[in-house]
Parts: sequence; structure tokens; C-alpha cells
Amino acid sequence: MTVFIPKKVNFLAHGTTVPNPLEQNQDTHHSIGTRSRKVDGAAKATGETLYADDISLPGMLHCKIKRSIRPHARIVSINTKPAEDMEGVHAVMVGDELPTKYGIIPWTQDETPLAVGRVRHVGEGVAAVAAIDEETAIRAIRAIEVTYEDLPPILSCEEAKVTGDTPETKVNDKAKRGNITKRVDLAFGDTDDAIKNSDVVVDGQFYFCGTTHAAIEPHCAIGHMDARGLLTVISATQVPHYLHRDLAWVLKIPANRIRVIQPAVGGAFGGKSEPFDLEFVVAYLSMKCGRPVKCLYEREEVFYAHRGRHPMEMAMKLGASTDGTLKGLRSEIDIDGGAYASFGLITAYYAGQLLTGPVGYETYHFTATRYYTNKPACGPKRGHGSVQPRFAFEILLDMMAEKLNMDPFELRQKNFVGHFNETVNGQQMGTLGLEKVLQSVRTASQWDQHQKTKQRGRGLGVATSMYISGTNYPIYPNQMPQSGVQVQLDRSGRATIFSGASDIGQGSDSVLATIVCEELGTELGDVQVVSSDTDLTPVDLGAYSSRVTLMMGHAAQEACRSLRKQIQEAVFNFWQDDEVAQTVLTEGFVPKDVLLAGAKAFYRYDTQLQMPLAKAFQLAEAENGTLGATGGYRTQMRGGDYRGGTIGSSPAYSCTAHLADVSVDEETGQITVHKIWCAHDCGKALNPVLVEGQIEGSTYMGAAEVALEEMHYGPNDVRHGMLVGPSLLDYRIPTTLDTPAIEALIVEEPDPNGPYGAKEAGEGPLHSSIPAVANAIYDAVGIRLTRLPFSPQKVLAALREQRQAAAGANGQTQPHSAPPPSTNTTVEAETTS
Amino acid sequence: MLRMQPFETHYPTTIDEAVTHLENLQGKAKLCAGGTDLIPNLKHGLHEPQAVVHIGRIKDLVTLEETADAIEIGAGVTLHNIAHHPLVLKYVPGLATAADAVAGPQLRRMGTLGGNLCLDTRCLYYNQTYFWREALGFCLKKDGSVCHVVQGGKKCVAATSNDTATMLLCLDAEVEINDASGPRWIPLPDLYKSDGADNLTLLPTEILTKVRIPKAKKNVARKEGFAKLRHRKSIDYPMLSVGVRIDLKDDKTIESAALIVNALAAKPRAIKLAPFFGKILDDEVINDIAALAQKRCRPLTNICDDPDWRKEMVSVFVKRAIANACGTHR
Ligand SMILES: Cc1cc2nc3c(=O)[nH]c(=O)nc-3n(C[C@H](O)[C@H](O)[C@H](O)COP(=O)(O)OP(=O)(O)OC[C@H]3O[C@@H](n4cnc5c(N)ncnc54)[C@H](O)[C@@H]3O)c2cc1C
Ligand code: SF4
Repeated sequence: MTVFIPKKVNFLAHGTTVPNPLEQNQDTHHSIGTRSRKVDGAAKATGETLYADDISLPGMLHCKIKRSIRPHARIVSINTKPAEDMEGVHAVMVGDELPTKYGIIPWTQDETPLAVGRVRHVGEGVAAVAAIDEETAIRAIRAIEVTYEDLPPILSCEEAKVTGDTPETKVNDKAKRGNITKRVDLAFGDTDDAIKNSDVVVDGQFYFCGTTHAAIEPHCAIGHMDARGLLTVISATQVPHYLHRDLAWVLKIPANRIRVIQPAVGGAFGGKSEPFDLEFVVAYLSMKCGRPVKCLYEREEVFYAHRGRHPMEMAMKLGASTDGTLKGLRSEIDIDGGAYASFGLITAYYAGQLLTGPVGYETYHFTATRYYTNKPACGPKRGHGSVQPRFAFEILLDMMAEKLNMDPFELRQKNFVGHFNETVNGQQMGTLGLEKVLQSVRTASQWDQHQKTKQRGRGLGVATSMYISGTNYPIYPNQMPQSGVQVQLDRSGRATIFSGASDIGQGSDSVLATIVCEELGTELGDVQVVSSDTDLTPVDLGAYSSRVTLMMGHAAQEACRSLRKQIQEAVFNFWQDDEVAQTVLTEGFVPKDVLLAGAKAFYRYDTQLQMPLAKAFQLAEAENGTLGATGGYRTQMRGGDYRGGTIGSSPAYSCTAHLADVSVDEETGQITVHKIWCAHDCGKALNPVLVEGQIEGSTYMGAAEVALEEMHYGPNDVRHGMLVGPSLLDYRIPTTLDTPAIEALIVEEPDPNGPYGAKEAGEGPLHSSIPAVANAIYDAVGIRLTRLPFSPQKVLAALREQRQAAAGANGQTQPHSAPPPSTNTTVEAETTS
Repeated sequence: MLRMQPFETHYPTTIDEAVTHLENLQGKAKLCAGGTDLIPNLKHGLHEPQAVVHIGRIKDLVTLEETADAIEIGAGVTLHNIAHHPLVLKYVPGLATAADAVAGPQLRRMGTLGGNLCLDTRCLYYNQTYFWREALGFCLKKDGSVCHVVQGGKKCVAATSNDTATMLLCLDAEVEINDASGPRWIPLPDLYKSDGADNLTLLPTEILTKVRIPKAKKNVARKEGFAKLRHRKSIDYPMLSVGVRIDLKDDKTIESAALIVNALAAKPRAIKLAPFFGKILDDEVINDIAALAQKRCRPLTNICDDPDWRKEMVSVFVKRAIANACGTHR
């Protein structure tokens, strides 16, 4: 059932801008905005950094997990005896021992650490062993005998739609209806009517294949129930806090007897943003045998843990008036979720909620349905839920611009939702640098020159996008801060900041250090960052939703500023009583005139008057006692006033444009992406080096999803539910030679809700790289590819079709068109609780 | 991390010593040169040797020299060194190109010519972990009794993907084989047979020690070209590996020529070009050669899901190999 949300359309007329409060009050920074190395960079480059698998505890055992070889089956029996009898095996466990269901989203707790009674995909854990070494553990899990009774595997949305009404075909009991995890159907205004009355309509049927994160470090965890009865879990996770909660919940141990430590993480990209089987298993096995237990995934197991990008089948239809005003967007999306919900409830919302800017439209109706299937569960991958519809929508915009005979930049600019405005679905925007990002890529790529000289075979394409900087609501409802820090100052002039934030390679530790330097005047080398250890650091909810810089940044600012005040006052008091200082100080001297920078405290108006920062800290400590402070960040309640309206609401939104230069080999069908320019409005680049790194990494990751990467399960006649080649040889992430040149262009439209105006930079710059390439392919050879991955076979087929059409229609090529999205909804809305 | 099951190791420093080990172990040993093929295969449980005999310390295997009428390359010379060696670049540039197209830079610095020629055949259903193969159902090349490529098939059709063989076969290379009775030379084509489960004629007691490539005759202009179809520009095994050698009289008439299309099945496929001898190498002839090759090649789903596309690519890559050949020397 569609939920209609009444909406007054409130776009700013083109060209109007609301003054940005930050612009009038731009302070000068000495640390923020400077190009500096990552604080952990040198240790990573030299190999000093300890990742989870580098850690070895005395007496530690090794764990291996026996995994299902069936896509969908009842577990008839498990005989662990042969494993238990093996020399060197210390403990064996099966799923029934930990039957409590958990899940990252409290409303969809639908998984257990190991399968209980039923396996739902190939590679799901069934039993586990702790042994003296990995070789013994491997022999032991092979010796465990599992008897299965096969059930029909449900391997696609099509199959999921017509099944789930019997226990045999219901993939997951959590599905109230059929095999549906979640259905969202929201309408803002009368979209059907708006499209009917549009002068120009474009539509298409789009497909985004599933992809995975392929972080280089495989998941790894160590569990240790120690002599004190404290359970410590060391894990390569990006959500230590949620892991802490779920360990308590599943293991039935009070949370105050559990400590979670996240060591350095070798990449995550969303692939480590919820608890995984190994974390519960090593904890439980350690409890069983009283020794530390480690589990390191094999690469193949990383593929089965998955939680990568959902495959989406998308029908979209867009209407506009002849002047280019976008009247309405209708979008209907089927989401192939895999065996468990993961973040799927949010995914279904994000598939619609995050598409309403920076380019807006007057009415919007989206339907998104996520299905359970017998494959590893999908989840959040960089650009969670919104990369797929963005791909479809930005191609539609390109088609629309062509039909209107309008410049694609102009079409986007014309329909800009505006700064500090509300989108059609009620999300409140802050700053959005659409105009600047568009201009930036247009100039850098010499787009206008290309239009005059272009030749078949090589083309340029443009696309834009927007992304959240964190979500206003935490995953589990609570009134506490989303992020907290604690800062401690030492008499030596060193500062230590304790933060629960997870540095997964994106550089949050470096951002923290930069903020400490900015506020307290320390140099980078004088700051110690202690992060993500539930015993040592205040809670931060984790590295997801591009929330860390904004939320942790605010928390750090708050803590540092309260300390700065104490230091300034102490120095102020000292100088007021100091004879030499008296000769320099001018009238009206106030504590704020004491500046802290470069490991010194200065007098603002005569920097000759200064003292070492260490002395300033000592003065403050003498005056106030031990120097420490806390800071926290809470979000305001924002978002649309309807059920689901808060999902996708964020304190601040980033804005991106990609422009791709592509050529197509018309003999082989292979695509070469020569270069991608990416302009990204991150509000304020706290450290431009890190922002450029994120822009490059995101753009790369997007470009990788164009032609190479796919979670491929077919052909089904041979491989029921088997992932083809779960290895980094068969799952092809681009090598250096396959990577386009990437030019990162930083655009800054500071947002009043961000620390120093900063917004996110970690996920936004992925989105539009894919449609930019698709649009460039069209520019190059005139084929409209809509189904990822753009394999050589698909390219050749489209070229063949083009030649046939040309032969048939006297040289005229028809843009690819597809059947309109169906408006009949047969499945009713699901409830979330 | 994938673990290997334990095995004993031997590190001979002479060919004789290595041969003795093989004699003693009678089929229960695997040779390891660079290990770039062997180690992944051991990790996948595809071989279960009692012993691994490492031949990387044998000095006699890393020679590369010119004789009056040939170039001789030791089996232990790395692909990187072959790709950059002045003698190879001068006399057999096609081999340099092929060697340089194998895998990626790190692997080429470890991988050897002998290892490349003796590479195990590959298949989507075989080069996988023990777990994956068990979940799918073991196939007849290892641990099982069915073939997933040819339904009901009784013979394995896994593909060779050794890129240097593609080129060496065009160049009439011979290989030196050593066993307890001493060395002997065989023509390279005799090294291969068409059984994917066992595509080498080499016995478990034998070592391939040297490759000899005859120089071109003085009165011809030799053109060598290589082209490879793969998804990524590095790392990936070939989906097609095409080598061509054309000896031209008066710079345009084909005196003799050879064309090999590899990565199709267990044995590299030679396309007989005799009908074109005496003809002038022009676009029409090139198209005819490409069309003939395409007709003769029948890709299977052994290493890529889409045999139709691979078939279509045969003629494209034959033309590219010829273009590369002509570009190299003209
Ligand atoms: C990711 C990846 C990509 C690859 N891509 C390619 C590619 O594109 N093209 C390609 O051709 N290869 C490729 N390879 C395979 C391999 O790297 C090369 O073929 C290499 O040349 C093998 O040489 P090696 O010395 O490492 O062989 P090894 O692994 O040491 O040996 C390979 C086999 O040959 C046997 N052997 C070795 N030397 C001798 C000898 N002297 N006499 C008898 N038997 C011997 C071994 O017992 C073993 O069975 C790739 C490998 C990897 C891991
Ligand atoms: S061709 Fe058949 S038998 Fe040979 S490896 Fe492949 S599946 Fe196995």
C-alpha cells in the first residue's frame, strides 16, 4: 500500500542562494586545512602496525568454522565426535549452543552465529573447532559429519516473489509475508499525474549487479575469557560498540564483563559494520576451553560473510516540461537481499530516500522491496543503498537532456534543490555545492572543447550525486551522544585523545589529531590517539554512514575547547602578573588573545610574547587540577514528518560531480576508462590529503563496478547458489593498469552543521562515477547500457543492435527504451517492528 | 589463510641430484621452480605430494645463451628475465612479449619458463578451494568422477594457459628432458597431449631442463606476434592466447608461417597455415587466416562462462597478433 505524504514543493528559484552563516565568520586555521600525513601512515608503510592477525596471545588456540555446502537445507544431524576425538582439538561447538538471534538493526534480528536447524546459503557456518593449530582445526572440521535435507534454493527476486508461503520455501522466518524483508512505498505528490502531464518522458529498466567490498584484510577475531572472568574480544570490526552489545546479548554475559578492542583495520568499506560469526565463535570457544582462541577468515569466507552491495532491478520513469523542469520521478525497485536482513531495512529506504538531491523534482513516488534469497546476505557497501538508484537516475537525466536538446550540466543546475532547502521527501539540506562541482569538472575536463572535436569511439559523460554525513538517528533508539571523546593533557605538552571512533583506514585518528592540534596548539607528533577500545574510550557508534568526521569532530571540538579555555585563562592570569609581559600587552587583554599553535602559547597582537605549550599546560594544571575534558555529539531531530522520514535525514549533505573520459573497443566490446575527474563538496577539507585519498578511492571503487566486479552466481543449471570463484583472482578488482587516472577536485561549501564546516568525503564520491562512465559510453558510441556489469558481451550485443537499427531506420539510431515501470503494486507494505 | 597440508622438502643444487630425488620418490614428488602455479594449487588441495623438490637453486637451469643456429634458455630462467634479455629481444621478440604478458610483475619475477611450459591445466571448476569443489561436487580431474563443463563427459577438457608455449610452438622450439638416463631433446608439441587431467607427456621422474629455439633462416624476414585476451590488463590468465610467426620472402610473400591458439583445451591448438604459403600477406589473406582460425576453434565453458564471445574473439585476436607481428619488424 502506498503511503501518500502531502508535500508543498518549495524549491528555490534557479540562481538564488541563501547566505551561509559560516561564510561571514571564517576564522583562520593553522592546523585544519593543512596537508599533513596520516598519523598512522609511517607505521603502516614500515609494517609496524599490528592488525588483528598479528596479535598472538600465550596459549592461543586456532579456530576454523565448518561451512554449509548446501544453499538451502535442513540440518538433520551433526556428528562432532570424530573432531572431538582428534588429538589437538580443544573444543567443538554447533549452532544450537548459541541460539539467540541477533541483527544489526534491532527490528530485524534474524541470524544466529552458526546455523540453527537450517542453512540458508553456501558458506554459512554450521560448527566450529578450536585446536592447537590451523592445520589440526582444518582436519577437525572436515571430520565433522553433517547430514542435510535439501530445500528448494531461492536464488533471485523473481523466485522469491512467488515463494515463501510454505516453510520449505521461506528463506527466513523473519519475513512476515512471503520472502520479503521489507517493502517501502512512499509517494510525495501525485507523480503519475505529473508524469502524464509532462512534455517529455524518459524511462528505463536498470540493473545493478551485486558487488562486494574486497577489503585486503580478511576478518579476524580473538576471544579471550581471562582469569578474572572478563571476556575480551579483539576484532577487525568497524563497529566495536554494536559488537559489544551483541556479544552480551548472544552470549548471555553482562556487557560490563566484556571488553571489545578494535586494532588497526586493513580496510572495511562497510564489510565489517556488523557482528559476524567468528566474533561470537571465538568468544564462546574461549569460554569453553579457557584459552584465547583466534579465527582468521580465508578469503573465500570473506565472500560468504559478504554484506556487500545489493543487486537491484530498477524501473524508473522521469517526466519534464519543455523548459527542463523535472515534474516527477517514479521508481520501482526490487532488491535481492540474500539470506539475512543485515542493514536491509535501511537499504530499502535508502534506495529511495537519498535520491532527492542535489537535482530535485516536483513529485516522487518510490517503491522498494527487499527479498530474502539463498545467497550470502547483502548489506552496506560504500554508498549504502543509494549507489544503485543513483546509477539509474543519472542515466535518465542524460537521456532527458538529450531529448530536451539541453546541456546536461544545465539540466542539473536548473533542477538544483538549493542550499538550506527542503527536498521533495522532506529532507533538510544545508549547503550543496552543485554549481561549483559541475563547473569544476567541466573546466578541468575541457568538456566544451570536446563537444566540438568529438569522434566516435571516445566520449565524455557527466553525473552528480549527494550523500549523508551521518544519520540523525542512531541504529538503536537512545538519548545518549552518538559520539564521545575524552582528552587528557600531560605536563610535557603532549595530549591524548580517547575516542570510540573506528579508524578503518579512512583516517579518523588523523582527523582527531588535527582537531586537537587546531584547538590546543600541539604539533601532530605530540598527540596520541587512543581509539576504539570499549574499556578505554567513550562510545562512538562506528564507522558507517559517513558519520565519523562530523560527529566525532564535534565531540573533539567540544572537549578541546573546554580545555583551551582553561589554558588560555591560566596563561592570561600568568601574563597579567608578569612584568615582562606587561610591557607588551595592550589594553583590553582578554584570555581569548592567548593563541595556541605550534606547541606554543602566543599573545595575539605580539607573537614575541610566547611560552612553550608545556608551560601553559602546567599553569593550567596548577590552576585547575588534572587536565581532562569530555565532549559529545548529539544530533538534532530532523527529517520528514512521516514514518520513515527520518531515514536518510542527516546533519549535512555532501555533493559530487564525476566526469569520465571513456573509449570503447568496438571489436572486443571492452571499455577503457581513461580518466575520471571528481569534484566533491566536502564542506571543509580538514586535511586535503585525506579528502583527496577518499575521492580517489571512492571513484576507483565505483569505476571498478562498471565492468569488472560482480558477485556472480550463475549459471544456475550447474551451480545452484554457488558463488563463482570466491577469490581475488576470479572476483576482479581492477589492477593499477585498469585504473583510470583520477583527478580529485576539492570543493568547499562549509556547512553550519559540520565541525569547521566539514561534511563527509568517504562515500559520496563513489556514487556518480558509475553513471558518468555509462553516459560517456553513450557519448562515445551511442549505446545506452543500463545493466551492470558492462561486460564486453553486452557492449557487443548493444553495438550489434545499434547497427541493425541503423540499417533498418535509415541511419537513425533509437535510444534504448524499456517498458514503463509497472504501477500495480501487488504486495502490501510491511511493518518494521 | 589457506593452509597447505604438510610435505617434506628437498633442495637439490644439481640436475642429477634433482633427478635422483625424483627417482627415489617415484611419482610422490612435485617439482617446484618459482612456485607461482604449484603453491596456489597445493593450497587448493589439487596436488597432495609427499615431497616437494625445489629446483630454484640449480645453477645449470638459469643459463641463457646463443649458439650458431639457436637460442637456448634454461628452464629456471624467470619470465621477467626472458622478457628483458637482449638475446631474446633480438632473436625471439615474440617470446619476450608473451613472457611479459604472463600474470603480473611480481609473479613474473618468480615464475620460470619451465614452470610455465609445465603449468597445470585450468578450469573454473577445478582451480578452487577444497570447500568449493566439495560444495559443487568434485570433478574427475581431482577427487571426483563427473565433468561440469561437458555434461556426461568422461575426459577432462581443462585448458592450458601457458602463454610462452603459445609463442614457442610457433617458433618450432624443442625442449630438453632429463631423467636418470640423461638428457634428450623432443619437439615441444610432443610435450603435450589432449587429456586435461594429465596433459604432459613428461613422466614423474623427468625434468624439463632447457628450451631451444632455432633462429630464422637468413633469407627470410621473420615476423612474430602475440596477442592475449583477458579481462584485466595484468594478473589474469588468458582467455585466449594467440601466437603467430610469419617468415616472409621479399618482405611480402609468406614462405612459411605458424599460428597457435592457446587456452582453449588441454593441448595448444595449431592452425595449419600451409594453404597460405606462397601468398602475399595482405588484408584479404589476414582476414582469411582469422576466419579459418575462428572456424577451427571451439571454446568451452572451462575457463570462461561465455564460449560464444571467446569464439568471436578468436578472429579478432588472430588479426591483432598478426598486426603486432607486422608492427614489430616493419
Ligand atoms: C595470479 C596468477 C596469474 C597467472 N597468470 C598467468 C598467465 O597469465 N599466463 C600464464 O602462462 N601463467 C600464469 N600464471 C601461472 C604461473 O605464474 C606461470 O605460468 C609461471 O611461469 C609458472 O612458473 P613457476 O616457475 O612459478 O612454476 P611452478 O609453480 O614452480 O611449477 C608449475 C608446474 O610445473 C612443474 N615444473 C616446474 N618446473 C619444471 C621443470 N623444470 N620440469 C618439469 N616440471 C616443472 C611443477 O611441478 C608444477 O607442476 C599465473 C599465476 C598466478 C598465481
Ligand atoms: S574440464 Fe571437467 S573434469 Fe576437467 S577440470 Fe573442468 S570440470 Fe573438472
